[in-house]
Amino acid sequence: MKLNRRTFMGTVAATTSALAAPMVMAAGHGRPKVVVVGGGAGGATAARYLAKDSKGEIDVTLIEPTRAYYTCFFSNLYIGGFRDINSIGHTYGTLASIGINVVHDWAVGVDRDAKTVSLAGGGTVPYDKLVLSPGIDFVEGAVEGWDLSAQNAMPHAYKAGSQSELLRAQIMAMPQGGTFAMVAPPNPYRCPPGPYERVSMVAHLLRETNPTAKIIVADPKEKFSKMGLFQEGWANNYEGMIDWIGSDFGGGNVSVDPGAMTVSIDGEVTKVDACNVIPAMKAGRIAHLAGVTDGNWAPVNAADMSTKADENIYVLGDSSQQGDMPKSGFSANSQAKVCANAIRGALTGSRVFPARFSNTCWSLIDTDNGVKVGATYEATDEKIAKVDGFISATGESAELRKATYEESVGWYDGITADMFG
Amino acid sequence: MSIDAAVRRLIFLKFIQTYEFVLLDYKKMNRSVPQIGEILRAKNKTNICLGVALTVIVNAMPSHAQEAGDAANGEAVFKKCKACHQVGPEARNRVGPQLNEILGRSAGSLDGFKYSKSMIDAGADGLVWDEATLDAFLQKPKSVVPKTKMSFAGLRKQSDRDDMIAYLKTFSDSEAAKATSSAPDMSEIDPEILAIEGDAEFGAYLSTECTTCHQLDGSNTGIPTITHWPIEDFVIAMHAYKNKTRAHPVMQMTAARLSNEEIAALAAYFKDVN
Repeated sequence: MKLNRRTFMGTVAATTSALAAPMVMAAGHGRPKVVVVGGGAGGATAARYLAKDSKGEIDVTLIEPTRAYYTCFFSNLYIGGFRDINSIGHTYGTLASIGINVVHDWAVGVDRDAKTVSLAGGGTVPYDKLVLSPGIDFVEGAVEGWDLSAQNAMPHAYKAGSQSELLRAQIMAMPQGGTFAMVAPPNPYRCPPGPYERVSMVAHLLRETNPTAKIIVADPKEKFSKMGLFQEGWANNYEGMIDWIGSDFGGGNVSVDPGAMTVSIDGEVTKVDACNVIPAMKAGRIAHLAGVTDGNWAPVNAADMSTKADENIYVLGDSSQQGDMPKSGFSANSQAKVCANAIRGALTGSRVFPARFSNTCWSLIDTDNGVKVGATYEATDEKIAKVDGFISATGESAELRKATYEESVGWYDGITADMFG
Repeated sequence: MSIDAAVRRLIFLKFIQTYEFVLLDYKKMNRSVPQIGEILRAKNKTNICLGVALTVIVNAMPSHAQEAGDAANGEAVFKKCKACHQVGPEARNRVGPQLNEILGRSAGSLDGFKYSKSMIDAGADGLVWDEATLDAFLQKPKSVVPKTKMSFAGLRKQSDRDDMIAYLKTFSDSEAAKATSSAPDMSEIDPEILAIEGDAEFGAYLSTECTTCHQLDGSNTGIPTITHWPIEDFVIAMHAYKNKTRAHPVMQMTAARLSNEEIAALAAYFKDVN
């Protein structure tokens, strides 16, 4: 731009007034702006707390492509027949009504110098602080023979909604005595007990509708979350139905053929009637596009969830590489509240309190048979570090298991109210 | 209107009185058991109650008479309630409402206590606490008032319920209110801890760890409500979890790392939230 005297004088005046304004207010555009990408447990919670607690002092934009969000947590209960699909769907109307600018679009780029996010639908959104909470994407080529074009023949159902409905429909359509296969993911992945709760729910559904059916699980791991609890539950409730093949027995040596509906495990090819492929995972695409990832995930500082790569970009939940917390909705929600408190402090000068995190994961094994695992965490210089934890015990009474399940139903209502208002 | 209400109440009472042994009959016949709660939740309460009540009255054998309970034993059973409820001359509303004059009281009607909407609606629909309604409520609270804030599974034994009601009766005649108080035992908590003034703004931040499970609007759909508790009760409960004298693994773990000041901050915040 060519400077003439008038624009030069204007620039000086603007600069002077910016210096006179409070330091925390970004120069030139009024209220400080926070853009949140992803409207799940991390993003929706962060947006809600920023808007609610700043009482209008912060301009919050939430970018989320779907108009109705289906929670991954409790989607297994839908598959098992314990929930209606609508009961795990949520919209963004309440968040919009508290002043959040909800934009239903894909974020497809971040210009870290200009501090803008570009949208698939065109246009850019400026930010002072950017929160990325995009969940997971799948690692290409992780399961030989499978890619996203095969997700209809062999659903992942690891982003809830239409994929969950598809998987349930395919299980219901299995012939009597048919075979269901699951290809389980390697660590680290979203919701550590998730695949095994799903196996339990599929077994529950088949026991009701197709009791001679078989379940094969090919797993690249030697052990998994709540393993003792699940194996006890499978032996007691679904005897002889589930064949879990861990890495010791070649469970990691897997390929699939979605056209022929076959699964090869350690060289042995099996014809299957429904197949759930849960590939290896990585941070959601926008985290990679923003350049804040190192390998598959985005390393963050434990105190406020800011990325190691850019102090103005924060990554929450599954996409973050933070230390000891599992990739769960509860964790993302917990991290979001720490992050919102830190961002609000940085932008408005409000009190910032020390980070503290917690997580509990409930899983359903069978009707009224719930188990849980949980821990508390603190921020250290290196990572989010575990402080203390607990896990349900094997051999618990039916009464306690029922109480645990009922508690999980209350938790679902609690966390979704905390996310969506 | 008042006649309608009276008729509904009468039918409700007959219904509650007969429900229990109808239940036994159903169990004997191995048939699915009608739930009081479902019937109460039904929109057209009058008609459904009428129909069901008449049916059960006709079908049921009038064999069960309410046993007179043992008030002394009831006092022992009442220990299960003392964490939340007081009864006696000094009784005040705590986590739960005080229970003096409970017999004859309309549900959800005590001034100064924040009831669940469910309880207030039940009162408006004519639920009055007497031996029959209390018996049904104490057996399984959520079957009578589905979204009651009361986090108590119920007393399974008929004799426990009879004794409890007999005990409560002794405080339901104002002339006979006894000089025994049921104030919670605070001797285990250092008075200095109870005296800490909580920083509610700090509490608001700390509370975000609670609201992943506990709903801020006081709804209880499987996880108890923690809003509007008297500060002392909140502090005592959290220290009981911290000292592991109160059972629950998540709460013990959560409380374990809370300092005395943090517990006071949470108590101050949740007392007046919203």
